[in-house]
Amino acid sequence: MDKDILVSYIPLYKNALLLTLKIGWQGIGLSMIIGLAGAAVLHFKVKVIKNIVGIYVELFRNTPLLVQLFFIYFALPKIGVNISAEICGMLGIGLLGGAYMIETFRSGLETIPVMQSESALSLGLDKRQTFLYVILPQAFSAVVPGLTANIIFLLKETSVFSTISLMDLMFTAKDLIGMYAKTIECLFLLVVFYFIMILPVSIIGMIVERKTRYAEFGD
Amino acid sequence: MQSLGIDVLLKGSNFSRLLQGLYVALEISFVSVTISILLGLIVGVLMTLKNPILCFILKIYLEVVRIIPQMVLLFVVYFGTTRVFGMDLLAETSAIIVFVFWGVAEMGDLVRGAIKSIPTIQFESAYALGMNKFQVYVYIILPQTLRRLIPLSINLITRMIKTTSLVVMVGIVEVLKVAQQIIEANRTTSPNAAFGVFGVVFIMYFLICWPISRLSIYLEKRWA
Repeated sequence: MDKDILVSYIPLYKNALLLTLKIGWQGIGLSMIIGLAGAAVLHFKVKVIKNIVGIYVELFRNTPLLVQLFFIYFALPKIGVNISAEICGMLGIGLLGGAYMIETFRSGLETIPVMQSESALSLGLDKRQTFLYVILPQAFSAVVPGLTANIIFLLKETSVFSTISLMDLMFTAKDLIGMYAKTIECLFLLVVFYFIMILPVSIIGMIVERKTRYAEFGD
Repeated sequence: MQSLGIDVLLKGSNFSRLLQGLYVALEISFVSVTISILLGLIVGVLMTLKNPILCFILKIYLEVVRIIPQMVLLFVVYFGTTRVFGMDLLAETSAIIVFVFWGVAEMGDLVRGAIKSIPTIQFESAYALGMNKFQVYVYIILPQTLRRLIPLSINLITRMIKTTSLVVMVGIVEVLKVAQQIIEANRTTSPNAAFGVFGVVFIMYFLICWPISRLSIYLEKRWA
């Protein structure tokens, strides 16, 4: 491995990392919004919309992101929907992640025994208070591990962006290998940069998980 | 309104070519899934044994798999081995190596979780009855674990099928590549073919993964 080459490539990888992070986190933000809204719809059993959310979840959980991106990026323009690569990446991560987030949030709400809300209601709290002060804090602690896993999964999935010619880490590595054939250096940096991107999330997730244990009953 | 590409698929052998591409992807996932599940069972049991060195190594392995995207692993194995060892791995072989590397970690973690969920009293009672470690695992723990494990590993199968779509990146002619070829070949006669063809690929993946994940949910509910 050549040290000079490594150093000279780092700025390129840094730019790619920033772009990946930007689009990735935008997508994750979108997925959380979709997740919360969808989980609320399923939890409160809103008619009709509930079914649409169900179909959406099944459709996006059972197809690969690569195929989803190809569809959004190459197929939709043919019926007049033109989307830039960046928005497409964000949408792809957001829609895929949304389907996973809905499941995570919904199962988080489901882990809270009915007894909890019944007790809260009988103590004189109203519905809103019950949800905000009793259900939500407990559900949050149940959701954290799944949430972290989803975020890490989505950040990893961003590697697919390179197929719709977004200059992400994967694209940069492929490009540099193609131009200068310094394969080992490029691949080494690629792995290192993914570690830089995802390891903090993994560690923060573990810490938050430990801190939010307070809301759990028993052990 | 111009045609949206469904007619392109009906032309000549296009549709059967697409199915053949799908078959290539499924074959790779089938081989990887089988090896992953078998090796994952062993790795999962190893993780629950309280051997500090083994635990440490396996933990690092898990974390590495958790953090590095499968596509990166695919590149490292496919292009890296050629450079470092001068080996000429087939794209299919490197894809299987990568998916097994990833799948064993996932499966191992599932097995570990399932074994952990068996109450300690089961181990203790078995030991108290005079069984040795091997007997305890084979006759007491594993049968109980398997039941909890089957829905989870079926879920892993759908994930592996979805992930194999990445093999298009190392030049394997699977369903997405065939779709691109069909679209390119018919670019002049039906410029909008991308919609229909990619749409069909989307539906194909859904039709394969959806029943499997329904089965997993069904078993989970029934056996829980």
